[in-house]
Amino acid sequence: MDLDKFKVHGEPLIYGAMISIALATIGILVGLTYFKKWGYLWREWLTTVDHKKIGVMYILAALLMLFRGGVDAMMMRLQTAAPEMKFLDAQHYNEVFTTHGLIMILFMAMPFIIGLMNVIVPLQIGARDVAFPRLNAVSFWLFFMGAMLLNISFVIGGSPDAGWSAYFPLASLEFSPTVGNNYYSLALQISGIGTLITGVNFIVTILKMRAPGMKLMKMPMFTWSVLITNVIIVFAFPVLTVALALMMFDRLFGSQFFTMANGGMDMLWANLFWVWGHPEVYIVILPAFGIYSEIIATFSKKNLYGYTSMVFSMLIISLLSFLVWAHHFYTMGQGVMVNSFFSITTMAIAVPTGVKIFNWLFTLRKGRITFTTPMLYTLAFIPIFTIGGVTGVMLAMASADYQYHNTMFLVAHFHYVLIPGAVFAVIAGFHYWFPKVFGFRLNERLGKHSFWWIVISFNVTFFPLFFLGLMGMTRRMYTYSKETGFGPLNMLSFVGAVGLAIGFVLLVYNIYWSTRYMPRDTTSDPWDGRTLEWATHSPMPVYNFAVVPKVQTRDAFWSAKHDKLPLFEDKITKIHMPSNTGKPFILGVIFFFAGFFLVFSMWIPAIVAGVGILIMLAAMSFDRDHGYYISVDEVNATEKKLMRGETV
Amino acid sequence: MKIDASKPLEYSTEENSNKIFGFWVFLGAEIPLFATLFTVFLVMVDRFASGPNGKELFEIGPVLIETFLLLTSSFTIGLAVHAMRLGYKKAMMVFMALTLLMGLGFIGIEITEFVTYVHEGATLQTSGFLSSLFVLLGTHGAHVSFGFLWGTAIMIQLWRQGINPATANKAFIFSLFWHFLDVVWIFIFSFVYLKGLM
Repeated sequence: MDLDKFKVHGEPLIYGAMISIALATIGILVGLTYFKKWGYLWREWLTTVDHKKIGVMYILAALLMLFRGGVDAMMMRLQTAAPEMKFLDAQHYNEVFTTHGLIMILFMAMPFIIGLMNVIVPLQIGARDVAFPRLNAVSFWLFFMGAMLLNISFVIGGSPDAGWSAYFPLASLEFSPTVGNNYYSLALQISGIGTLITGVNFIVTILKMRAPGMKLMKMPMFTWSVLITNVIIVFAFPVLTVALALMMFDRLFGSQFFTMANGGMDMLWANLFWVWGHPEVYIVILPAFGIYSEIIATFSKKNLYGYTSMVFSMLIISLLSFLVWAHHFYTMGQGVMVNSFFSITTMAIAVPTGVKIFNWLFTLRKGRITFTTPMLYTLAFIPIFTIGGVTGVMLAMASADYQYHNTMFLVAHFHYVLIPGAVFAVIAGFHYWFPKVFGFRLNERLGKHSFWWIVISFNVTFFPLFFLGLMGMTRRMYTYSKETGFGPLNMLSFVGAVGLAIGFVLLVYNIYWSTRYMPRDTTSDPWDGRTLEWATHSPMPVYNFAVVPKVQTRDAFWSAKHDKLPLFEDKITKIHMPSNTGKPFILGVIFFFAGFFLVFSMWIPAIVAGVGILIMLAAMSFDRDHGYYISVDEVNATEKKLMRGETV
Repeated sequence: MKIDASKPLEYSTEENSNKIFGFWVFLGAEIPLFATLFTVFLVMVDRFASGPNGKELFEIGPVLIETFLLLTSSFTIGLAVHAMRLGYKKAMMVFMALTLLMGLGFIGIEITEFVTYVHEGATLQTSGFLSSLFVLLGTHGAHVSFGFLWGTAIMIQLWRQGINPATANKAFIFSLFWHFLDVVWIFIFSFVYLKGLM
């Protein structure tokens, strides 16, 4: 076998990355052994089927990926900070912007949102877990292994380098001969299967496992947004599955789907990619709308304005999200009629989104607003996202788009929607629900410091890009000459990026500081919440609710507190819980190896791994473990301890 | 686990009814999957480059046998579920075995077809049309093959444990999957073979 193809040559940066990955791995292994934490890790985390722990693992992975993607972003901004920079070469720059996009969308925004979903949705609907807890673990491990597979590409064989959208013919074997785009097709495939399973799981959970009395139109808005998001996942992700499979066939087996000769059609890829890709944008943004709705209602001390219109606007957005994909390539010459159609559907999305913005504003109106950290992110989101939305309508105009297409204007636009729309939301949700999971709040002072760093630096980083785009700077160019005049604005943008980095470091420092010094929250309801997740203890016991709540109003917990509507009337009975299992983790590991072997066209090991996957599936089918019961006495004992503020 | 005796065995617990609903949602995801493959095929159908087109390649005989096998197997899996509802373990096992055997026959003919195509010089690499043909048929065939393994695993469990809420649930879900593959095949038969032969 030719060992050469595993190696990545040249760059000192890559050697640095290799060394740091090796050191981190050794550090983790030695640490685990030294502190004797292997058993703990296996019992409490790797084999868990508890939705809260799975959610926490998703969020941890997302934070790690945020830093990986953030380092990519810093390298790009540094390379373009001044004309003729020699920091990265063209190839390296291509790899960095490709992995930045992939990681931020698929391995940061998505898992962060799925993590919050996992932690919060079962609590909000008064359930004890998701519908299929073991499958939920499978979802997580497939996502995680997919993410790891993409990450090792940087040091083994080379990263994908044809952009996160991997357009053909550039992404074909002919023009991208390294294994980079093999990693793309396989890593995304593995984590995509995980996401699809999550979609099925949460649709069933929300439709079938709500507490008695919680009609659909009484669900908290975050749960509604998650339901709609998962419907989009179930309809959009199979398209990605097919697109990636065809890409794999083209690259590994020489089929002719996206080739330039023998009847292939390169534009087919662009269509398939964006038929998934545009709904994907709403998959990360709709739950964010849900998070903001919860936060605005809580910190305005009012119920959400226009609940019904909020639900319907999300439904309309989800429908329209499937009808706009061609606006990503107006310039590829599909004719006036097609462009006009997609132009109109794209602009139409601004209407339901506008409805939501006004609903939030009306919720704020005459509210008793408290400016906590999550609320600050929410308030910052509204104007910044509006700038993103308005520039989106500009881009939606097909004829004008010929001017903006593939320029930094576009880059500025989608960062203006995705960062306030998704990143601010997950950070806000993280601060908001942190005490629910860990039993203490994050420090507000540090939180606000990092908020101001992030929000101001964000604008400093991305606002100049609008002008750079209009000046004619295209995206993905790794350097430019002094005469172009792009230098000063790019330098400003780099300064902003440094500020953003400081903001995120402060955020992490806040987690560290708060873990050590913040006092325990003894109320279980630090924000005076409105929905059911605040009705149980913080941190919640493994069974979530000792008694399944009975819901009568939309803001069930608020009504229980202020209108004295009883929530928990039933007696405690024995509780059925699913048992832990290591099989999902093992399945994930085998998927990782199957993917890795396919990347390098190592057929026999790949087949062995494929058989391994089938064996694991059979093992899971033959598993006759139907969970265990927690007795009434045990529940009573746990509840007593939690009442006294002890941890269990 | 609470068992609700008023419902059929496969729906009798909350977990069971969730699993069936979840599988319907999963089939909801299979529809866009196959719809995308059909779309790709229809886009590619006239892009056969220097290779053969459908009319030159397809033979109606084996395809009719495949259709006959798969449609009949859909009938027998229906009978298996019927026998399950009546509590006849033996009849159920026989009908499931017949279903799987016909599935195996289907896969056998499909593989022979593929081998014939390749011998005639029509390979995955020949043209866009052939790539999309092989991947569409192959995805369906892979589903049938997976169904064969899955069905076998369920039969072993039935044989060992008899008909109980868990095995009934699995067998019922398997029947949904099998019927779905039949529906997909009807589309393949109409839009790939009949249309190609016209």
